[in-house]
Amino acid sequence: MAMLEVKGINVYYGLIHALHDVSFEVNEGEIVALIGANGAGKTTTLHTITGLLQAKSGQVMFDGKDITRKPGHAIVRLGMSHVPEGRRVFASLTVAENLRMGAYTRPKSEIAGSLKEVYEWFPRLEERKNQAAGTLSGGEQQMLAMGRAMMSRPRILLLDEPSMGLSPLFVGEIFKIIERVSSAGTTVLLVEQNAKKALSIADRAYVLETGNISKSGDAKALLDDEAIRKAYLGE
Amino acid sequence: MISNLIAGLSLGSIYAIIALGYTMVYGIAKMLNFAHGDVIMVGGYMCFCATFYLGWPPAMGILLAIIVCTLLGVVIERLAYKPLRRAPALAVLITAIGVSYFLQNAALLIWTANPKTFTSVVGSGSVKIGGLQITHVTIVTILVCVIIMAVLVWFTSKTKMGTAMRAVSEDKDAAQLMGINVNTTISVTFAIGSGLAAVAGVLMLSAYPMLVPTTGSMPGIKAFTAAVFGGIGSIPGALLGGILLGIIEIFSKAYISQELSDAIVFAVLIIVLLVKPAGLLGKQIREKV
Repeated sequence: MAMLEVKGINVYYGLIHALHDVSFEVNEGEIVALIGANGAGKTTTLHTITGLLQAKSGQVMFDGKDITRKPGHAIVRLGMSHVPEGRRVFASLTVAENLRMGAYTRPKSEIAGSLKEVYEWFPRLEERKNQAAGTLSGGEQQMLAMGRAMMSRPRILLLDEPSMGLSPLFVGEIFKIIERVSSAGTTVLLVEQNAKKALSIADRAYVLETGNISKSGDAKALLDDEAIRKAYLGE
Repeated sequence: MISNLIAGLSLGSIYAIIALGYTMVYGIAKMLNFAHGDVIMVGGYMCFCATFYLGWPPAMGILLAIIVCTLLGVVIERLAYKPLRRAPALAVLITAIGVSYFLQNAALLIWTANPKTFTSVVGSGSVKIGGLQITHVTIVTILVCVIIMAVLVWFTSKTKMGTAMRAVSEDKDAAQLMGINVNTTISVTFAIGSGLAAVAGVLMLSAYPMLVPTTGSMPGIKAFTAAVFGGIGSIPGALLGGILLGIIEIFSKAYISQELSDAIVFAVLIIVLLVKPAGLLGKQIREKV
């Protein structure tokens, strides 16, 4: 049984049919990439999984349980954490307060240990722990958003465009971190416009085209696929 | 001079406590709850009924007012504003004005338009400090305001619920992704704001004892002005705005003109907003992208 199963979801924005029968699955321990052009529905898909949007039909299953109609705030407790597009850190809260909010659902006694862990992953965050998050650079904010998501000790991490707007140096660093998160045992669902980078670290991938899954398969195979190379890798 | 300053501080403290309700609700729900002033009136009637008709001691009257107003705030939010969470701001604003009229007219129906004379909950005594005569009400009002401020600052900056409130006020979706129940957080905010309105109402009526169904509307508008003056959404801003507004009002009454005092208060607001559009302590965070 797959850890996360999306079964034929249809999502609308008013009259616009944004996702058509989208189905895919993520198995425990995998890195699965969801690639596609701007506006293909990648963010919509993640929002539907974590309850920021409601599907009109179809199902989202997590650990075999239907979570389609679960309120958004209850989903974190199940072990799923979502790093939204554009990082969405709480700008006026300090770095440490942002991280504590990430652990909102966890007992107080466990928070100090998780904080220490996240600071080990991201030493830069510890240096800036008392600074307002809005004063961090884009790359640091991305680290904070990821660290904040890790504070809930998720079994699966949903990442939406983690490389967006970052310098090449930071992009490399962020992807290294994703690989480390994965090798530490967290399953990853990665949404990226940077298809080349995403496919290079993913096990499997799905291609989303105007709200439909148009292709799927082994990430390395997709990386060699002629049509994919033309459409998404700029070759 | 000094006695006017103290009178201004006392009136300003009442405005500040009301303004806290406006500013917290605005900060979190991004809406102007124009029914907030009328919650003050309801609190006043509750305390009046408990002490006058039922003969309860003042402390019990205050407690009843706080409980009823807290529940009323939560119920108003659930019934009138929550269904409009994703509606345009104008629809919410009009609903709030509707709730305000509803409360005033319900009060008119229950208690009629005949003014009730409110009995001060702290008695009518006063103390002499130096050459100054200061009433107990004045002292208690200022003290209560200071305590409320200190508790709120501690609550929003140090507790988990308070931090969650700040997170919700900044980004509801991101807060929800943390596992924060946004609806609960908004209810708590309304509960706190309305409970404070009850306290403000009882203190205000202890100093200015005439109670009618429209008692809450003018102080409501003034406190809203105070909240904007200090920077809406900011808790210290509500305190500063309230106190300054109280002092300006009392001083213009004493030295310029009794009739023009309200006009002067609002003129000062306009000037402040021309110079500092976000208010005195308004948030203007620079964000790096």
